[in-house]
Amino acid sequence: MACASRSTACPAFWPATQATRLRYTDPCLNLLPPNLDVIELLARIRLRYRYPLILLRAMVGTDFKLRYQASLLGYLWTLLRPLAIFTILYIVFARFLRLGAGIPYFPVYLLFGIVVWGFFVEATTQGLTALVARADLLRKISFPRYVLVLSVGASVLISFALNMLVIAFFMALLRVPVRVDVLWLPLLFVELVALTISLAFFLSALYVRFRDVNYIWEVGMQAAFYAIPIIYPLTLVPARYARLLLLNPMAQIIQDARYVLVTDQTQTISQLYGTPWVRVIPVGITLLLVVASVVYFRRQSTSFAEEA
Amino acid sequence: MAAPVIRVANVSKDFLLPHLRLTTVKGHVLNLFRRSHTLEVQHALRDISFAVERGEFLGVLGRNGSGKSTLLKILAGIYMPTRGHVSVTGKLVPFIELGVGFNPELTGRENVYLNGALLGFSRGEVEAMYDDIVAFAELEESMDQKLKNYSSGMQVRIAFSVATRAKADVLLIDEVLAVGDAAFQRKCFEHFRALKKSDTTIVFVTHNMGAVRQFCDRAILIEESRIVAQGDAEEIATRYTRLLNPAPSAARPSAEAPDQPEPPASPEAQLSAEAQDQPSAAAPDQPKRWGEGAVRHTKISVPALLTDESTLTLEVEAVAEEDIDEAAYGFVIRNSSGAPVLGTNSILKKRSFGSLRKGERVRVTWSVPNVFSDGLHYVEVVIADRNALVIYDWWEEAASFTVIKEETTPYIVTPDMSLVVEKE
Repeated sequence: MACASRSTACPAFWPATQATRLRYTDPCLNLLPPNLDVIELLARIRLRYRYPLILLRAMVGTDFKLRYQASLLGYLWTLLRPLAIFTILYIVFARFLRLGAGIPYFPVYLLFGIVVWGFFVEATTQGLTALVARADLLRKISFPRYVLVLSVGASVLISFALNMLVIAFFMALLRVPVRVDVLWLPLLFVELVALTISLAFFLSALYVRFRDVNYIWEVGMQAAFYAIPIIYPLTLVPARYARLLLLNPMAQIIQDARYVLVTDQTQTISQLYGTPWVRVIPVGITLLLVVASVVYFRRQSTSFAEEA
Repeated sequence: MAAPVIRVANVSKDFLLPHLRLTTVKGHVLNLFRRSHTLEVQHALRDISFAVERGEFLGVLGRNGSGKSTLLKILAGIYMPTRGHVSVTGKLVPFIELGVGFNPELTGRENVYLNGALLGFSRGEVEAMYDDIVAFAELEESMDQKLKNYSSGMQVRIAFSVATRAKADVLLIDEVLAVGDAAFQRKCFEHFRALKKSDTTIVFVTHNMGAVRQFCDRAILIEESRIVAQGDAEEIATRYTRLLNPAPSAARPSAEAPDQPEPPASPEAQLSAEAQDQPSAAAPDQPKRWGEGAVRHTKISVPALLTDESTLTLEVEAVAEEDIDEAAYGFVIRNSSGAPVLGTNSILKKRSFGSLRKGERVRVTWSVPNVFSDGLHYVEVVIADRNALVIYDWWEEAASFTVIKEETTPYIVTPDMSLVVEKE
């Protein structure tokens, strides 16, 4: 790119601005005295995030109202959708192809994988358009731009929580024993949310500039669906490929989560490599994505209003 | 004096022209192989600097596309300046547009909460002032209807009603007054008047000169991305009027005439050129101001806005350039379509005011009952000799004023007319 030589060229690609952050004006932020003690510091932090939180709440609330307003079954759709997909996949893969023969509680195993994957797909595809879809807001008021992506993430997370209730119901129905390992689940969900939201941030900022990202992502999701052991047990894959597949954070999360929640017959990354420390790689990838997407999003956010 | 509330230092803003912007991956990849591409850049603002003191009401005037809205968006923190620096102290609320974030699928009530959140109010806070908001908008009955069933006037009312609740140290207003009916505009004006009293710093972007004259302490005029003038609001508004109506100067150059001829490419100039093609319009080279010049007008003043006032006071100042036996004074008021509404002169009124000596100044005050219809009106002033044979100075569209009336009629005047219907 021959940008550096012309000062007027490519300002959109390399914003030649002095400040690196958009100066948004926070209607909730007041000027506090400079000598801070702990209570004042807390008050300041609360004030700092008051406006973003108010916005987040309003947007998530609106989103939920709108999403189910005109549909007959309302909130039930959140639950029915993964169940319908589950039914199809279960009939095809578990009954016809007999894929889950060696795995106890395979229906729950399958449903859980679908729910986790569904969360990932929904959050990233909706997050991708989060900024462009609200270009009207971006152009007219100044507010922390990340709220738009977070509100999408929060909406999808609520659906995910509802779906987890369905999982709990099925587990009770099939009498799946709950083991102590389940205590790892929250930590795995933290990793899942971090991975998903950071991808949503990255994609949303990228989509502002490249309008064909959504097609690329759609195809990528299709490929990933088969590259991640969601519908098939990992035991069917030759070990050297299985080892490779599990380096993908999404595969690692799904397998680990199944292991702690559904059955210890699930093949996880630590079994295949013989050490739990190999998780450093997928977790490291996730952390790297978090940092990269935050940096990229912040750098790009100054020009969202002009380009979205 | 305290530090300025808003300080804008050497701000410039460039935009990449949209048709040349690359929005696909393919575009960027191809671009790598294309060596000699040049990107066109539009300079929306160039080297803008000004400061606004606490409690000041600053008008920003300029034609469409001059860059004034871009400036407001930079002040609001929506756009980043390409170069330069902006600082704002205190809480800022932009009124860039009313009803931002309104969703047609939600009810009026839900939209109030949503809009309130965008202004930084929590649900509890909106709840506390909800009744006031609805009462101010006068929409008690329809709050549970979906917004898409509202008329645009109702939407604006509810949006404005929420917006007035925002507590701000600095307020940015962009053309809000362009929407809504006369009654709503009056409400806006009242609100701004109250804000002015309460020491709020306001930046007001508009091309309504009347509003600038009435509210602003100071104004800046932006033309072709630069500040071309800043100072007293009255002065800037007059300059802007001239910018819009490039008037060939009178027989002799007057103090108030524009210094330079206007650029002929201005859209308004083209508009008037088109108008000249029609036979009913003025002859091609007929100036807006003409006359022999022995006496010439120096100042015309009318209130920019007539709302409840029952009388229009028109003040005309003139100076004699030569000794004159006797001068006659007259005026005509035309409506926005150019039709004469009313007018008179000292000859018709059979009044005489004697001779004028060279250098003598005279002030003529007319009081006219406010019979005008709603809308923009132009003032035309004349000074002639006693028989109206010699025209000293005839100045068309010397000033303008806007009449806002609740009662509107399709006729050229709308005086107070009472109606009584009695049934036997």
